[in-house]
Amino acid sequence: MKMKIGAFVGKLPSWVKALGLAILGAALIALPIVYPKSYVMGVMCRIFMYMILAGSLNVINGYSGQFNIGHAGFYCIGAYTEAILATKVGLSFWIALPLGGVMAAVIGLLVATPTLKLRGTYLAIVTLGASEIIRLVALNWEGLTGGPIGIKGIPSPVLFGFKISKSIHYYYIFLALAALFFFVTYRVINSRIGRAWLSIREDELAARSLGVETRFYKAINFMYGAFWAGIAGAAFAPYFKFISSDMFSLDEGFNILSMVIIGGQGTLLGPAVGSIIVNFLTEFLRPISQFRLVVYALLIIIMMWLRPQGLVGASNSILAGKKIGGNLSRRGKGGAAVARAGGR
Amino acid sequence: MATILEARDVCQYFGGLKAVEKVSMSIDEGDIFGVIGPNGAGKTTFFNICSGIFKPTAGEIIFRGEPITGMMTEKIARKGMARTFQNIQLFKFMTVLENVKIGFHIRTKTTMLSALLRSKRYRADEKFASEKALEILERVGLSAFKDTLASNLPYGLQRKVEIARALALDPKILLLDEPVAGMNPAETQELSDFVIRLNKDGLTIVVIEHDMKFVMNTCNRILVLNFGQKICEGTPETVRNDRGVNEAYFGKGLVVGEGYNNA
Repeated sequence: MKMKIGAFVGKLPSWVKALGLAILGAALIALPIVYPKSYVMGVMCRIFMYMILAGSLNVINGYSGQFNIGHAGFYCIGAYTEAILATKVGLSFWIALPLGGVMAAVIGLLVATPTLKLRGTYLAIVTLGASEIIRLVALNWEGLTGGPIGIKGIPSPVLFGFKISKSIHYYYIFLALAALFFFVTYRVINSRIGRAWLSIREDELAARSLGVETRFYKAINFMYGAFWAGIAGAAFAPYFKFISSDMFSLDEGFNILSMVIIGGQGTLLGPAVGSIIVNFLTEFLRPISQFRLVVYALLIIIMMWLRPQGLVGASNSILAGKKIGGNLSRRGKGGAAVARAGGR
Repeated sequence: MATILEARDVCQYFGGLKAVEKVSMSIDEGDIFGVIGPNGAGKTTFFNICSGIFKPTAGEIIFRGEPITGMMTEKIARKGMARTFQNIQLFKFMTVLENVKIGFHIRTKTTMLSALLRSKRYRADEKFASEKALEILERVGLSAFKDTLASNLPYGLQRKVEIARALALDPKILLLDEPVAGMNPAETQELSDFVIRLNKDGLTIVVIEHDMKFVMNTCNRILVLNFGQKICEGTPETVRNDRGVNEAYFGKGLVVGEGYNNA
């Protein structure tokens, strides 16, 4: 059904798409004016931030087929970079924000370089370790990061003399960053670079035989994903005004990953949908507190079983091929046929 | 005619297995060069060495006067060598057109910044890749399938998509690994004509094939391998009459036309 909707949207003339996008944009811009409740604004900020985080992880996992589960590490780097630059150096948010992204990209390259020959689970383990190392460094380097106390009183950004401090203001910052992320990523994906990433995901050997410098493109891909995670972190630090290392644990990494999986890897829209669903669930399931983690786990298991390509993913994508349920039922039928043949 | 690809005493050992043992050959520009041999003779291994997927244990590969031994596959591709694979390695979940467009990677130069700004170069590159890709599909006779997922095509057409994708590199030499496997006689004949046409357009072609009719009708020079060793190199006529080749294919003792020999 979802696939049909996707195909339907794909066939619409471009002016309809542009109009739809404009209406959506206008609605999102108007929302805080119509409904400025601080709680809603807070949830929306989270949704936009996780859209960037899940979207950037999706560029790594979904488009080039690498397997990063330590995305929280890059998010952490971005947040700490901004927090340290803002509190200790007194740098403006607008300069610290891109620096947070750049720093995360540099660390991303450091993680990626020795792992360029690794794939799948092995790469996943390295990223897991890297994420933990980053968190532990943040926890123990007291002189720079405040250690277990974290960094308090991160100053609010100032735009043309206007102090951005309420969530309604941050709503626009996160909205703008998310829009920028999707715009940039859309353009990169639909270019020679995006095609190179996809070719690595589909068949690395064939890609190499066509002259795609797979190592270079994998490194660039990792850096690109890490950069945006860093940006999200750098925007998060002043929004929350306080950061500490336990906010960037592996759980956070898995949280981001679950959004990508639920929404649909390898699609631009998937992580956005995943972010909306998971964040809404978080809000709805507040009454059952920690048990909501069980709900996430069940949701992921059900998704992997029924729709491994995610809610938005096309049923003919490479990810749908890994569908567990499909293989099982097919094997079941085959087995039955063999049994019948044997009976005769 | 100048030599375009040359192998000098190439060896490839996998542990104790001598997959390729001291094979030398030279391919001239404009050749359609066939590599034949029984199963497990080392043909594909030899191809993998030429295209840089394996680094040979010993020996040298020289491509257009330059040693490329042990060079990375993507660099060799950039120097003008394109190939297809025995077990078709298409980007299965992409359309035929997208598959071919990836083949234009080395002929386009869009950077991340120009993609982001949709600069002149980006637009020129995209136009170039799309137009040329359609042109190639037209040439191969696949334009009707341009929006089909590669994995949904029948086997014979998938092989053609792979050739189309390789042609997108605008190579100087094209290595085809069993291009007619799984094709019926009519399709085989068609591909043979196509290969000859490509060759007339100035492309040197190296082809591994089991279909003798295809090889004998298409190639002008043939290399025969058996158990990793070269047993013969020459024109189809020479190869057909070579005793070693006949022995490799039909067994020792009975050689066509001679009855039992005493050797």
